Amino acid sequence: MSGTLTDQTAALAAAVWSALHQVRDPELDEAVTELGFVAECRVSDSGEAVVRLHLPTYFCAPNFAFLMVADTFDAVAAVPGVRRTEVVLEDHFASDAINGGIAARAGFVQSFDGQAVAELGELRADFLRKAVMAGTDRVCRPLLSAGITADELAGLTLGDIAASADRERLRSRRAELGLPSGDGDPLLVDPVTGAAIGAHALPLHLRRAQTTRVSVDANAGVCRGLLRERYRTTEEKGR
Amino acid sequence: MYEKDGEKYFVIDGHAHFWDASPENWVPGQEQYAKGWIECFHAYQSLGPPETHWTIEQFQKYPEDMMMRHLFDEGHVDVAIFQPTYLKQWYRNGFNTTEANAALAEKYPGKFIVNTRWDPRDGDEGLKELADNVARWGCKGAKLYTAEWRGDSRGWSLKSPEAARYLEKCQELGVKNIHVHKGPTIWPLDKDAFVVADIDFASTNFPELNFIVEHVGLPRIDDFCYMATQEPNVYAGLAVVVGALMHARPRFFARVMGELMFWLGEDKLVFGADYAIWEPRWQVEGFVDWNMPTDAQFSDYAQLTTQAKKKILGLNAARLYDIKVPAELDLPVPAGPEGAEPLAAPSSV
Repeated sequence: MSGTLTDQTAALAAAVWSALHQVRDPELDEAVTELGFVAECRVSDSGEAVVRLHLPTYFCAPNFAFLMVADTFDAVAAVPGVRRTEVVLEDHFASDAINGGIAARAGFVQSFDGQAVAELGELRADFLRKAVMAGTDRVCRPLLSAGITADELAGLTLGDIAASADRERLRSRRAELGLPSGDGDPLLVDPVTGAAIGAHALPLHLRRAQTTRVSVDANAGVCRGLLRERYRTTEEKGR
Repeated sequence: MYEKDGEKYFVIDGHAHFWDASPENWVPGQEQYAKGWIECFHAYQSLGPPETHWTIEQFQKYPEDMMMRHLFDEGHVDVAIFQPTYLKQWYRNGFNTTEANAALAEKYPGKFIVNTRWDPRDGDEGLKELADNVARWGCKGAKLYTAEWRGDSRGWSLKSPEAARYLEKCQELGVKNIHVHKGPTIWPLDKDAFVVADIDFASTNFPELNFIVEHVGLPRIDDFCYMATQEPNVYAGLAVVVGALMHARPRFFARVMGELMFWLGEDKLVFGADYAIWEPRWQVEGFVDWNMPTDAQFSDYAQLTTQAKKKILGLNAARLYDIKVPAELDLPVPAGPEGAEPLAAPSSV
């Protein structure tokens, strides 16, 4: 990609890559770039962007795959200077249905004719709630290690704790769900109702937050291992 | 049996396969799925130690003598439980059928438990086949794969009335151990295919049956844990947890074990090597040697005792399947009224 690119194209390629960085696997709550799902990202002088995605297995859940491909399309197409966007998912049992649907700007139900009854908003919300729980563990664990009590924790707001990437990530997921996410809002809220978690409900809430984080992290660990194996070169696979 | 540091472990591999995924067995027109399936399994094997990796050709179809060696001569396994997975839409003779499993079990008496399977989409014929299999092979367990493709169908739910008929039949026939595995596609595709609500529903409605959730509901361990903690008849099958995490991701493995011990406890966890995805030897030896890390990040989690390891590696499954455990491999009966209870109520097993 180097050498032949004009400065303008290089800048556009960088903008497209940073747009991809905002696209997440809805289940793992990590960027597709960090997970290694972007097999190729190419930008031409004429402003055409081509992105190829690949996933850890041939049978990864098609609904999540669809969301990622659709989100990738939207993110790339929104980059100023991109005149045409092509996003393809490779090596997946539902590649044809997903790629055809995205190219036609069709929804999930239309892309999977007869196999789905609704669009994926509720699925996405379910996993955002998990992201809120896992994020709660990330933010609270250091506080608990430092010796904070349940009563103290229950009284904190988002703005009370030190700024960190984890705090902003939690805030952003809460905002996406329409949950209170300002500095003056409680640090601990129910991921469905947004109501503050009182001191009495706090131990179970934190315990569940921890379990959710373990589940998501373990799942992401398995996905990374499978992806690495799947796209190792043939020579590497020889023993 | 495995012996280490003077302790003897009775080992049951609660999740074993004898499959044929060779190209000769692929259904014409379905080759991409048959190939995709076995390659996906093969990728999981890569998460084990490098010296236990096989070539894809070996992995597609492995000889009987090799399996016997891996399980019983080298793998410390006393009894292996076959969990059939048919997938006849992709594999002509099925991927791993009760018939193929039973042929081996008959050849090697005492080594294998033969589980059957069912699929509520098979209707009355399937009910008859279930009864026939139980009569022929004495099955006490069934493996269910709710994401199996059938024509245009992409799976089924344990909540359906059709599934209830099969569960009733299982109760009547004494098929008391229901192993449930969830896969990634089930109708409708817009829902999360891994939700465990249907297992919650079935386990409440069929309290006489045990529900062993294979792969601990991975990738939804959290949902599984909250559900299982409320249901006395729900167990966690550890196949994949040990195989995919203990070597490749030891810190995550520790966390997952810690969570499972917290929510379910040592009486509800059942070891499975998931042969031939992974060989049992490194899993059994590694699990016996394994200890919860002692640094502060893991301070919430209890250590796994030798007693807990014995239960998980074999004694829990032996209880579910009424497998006789040699006295020197069993736990000493604890003193006190709790210890006496099983003797007083033998019919409860």
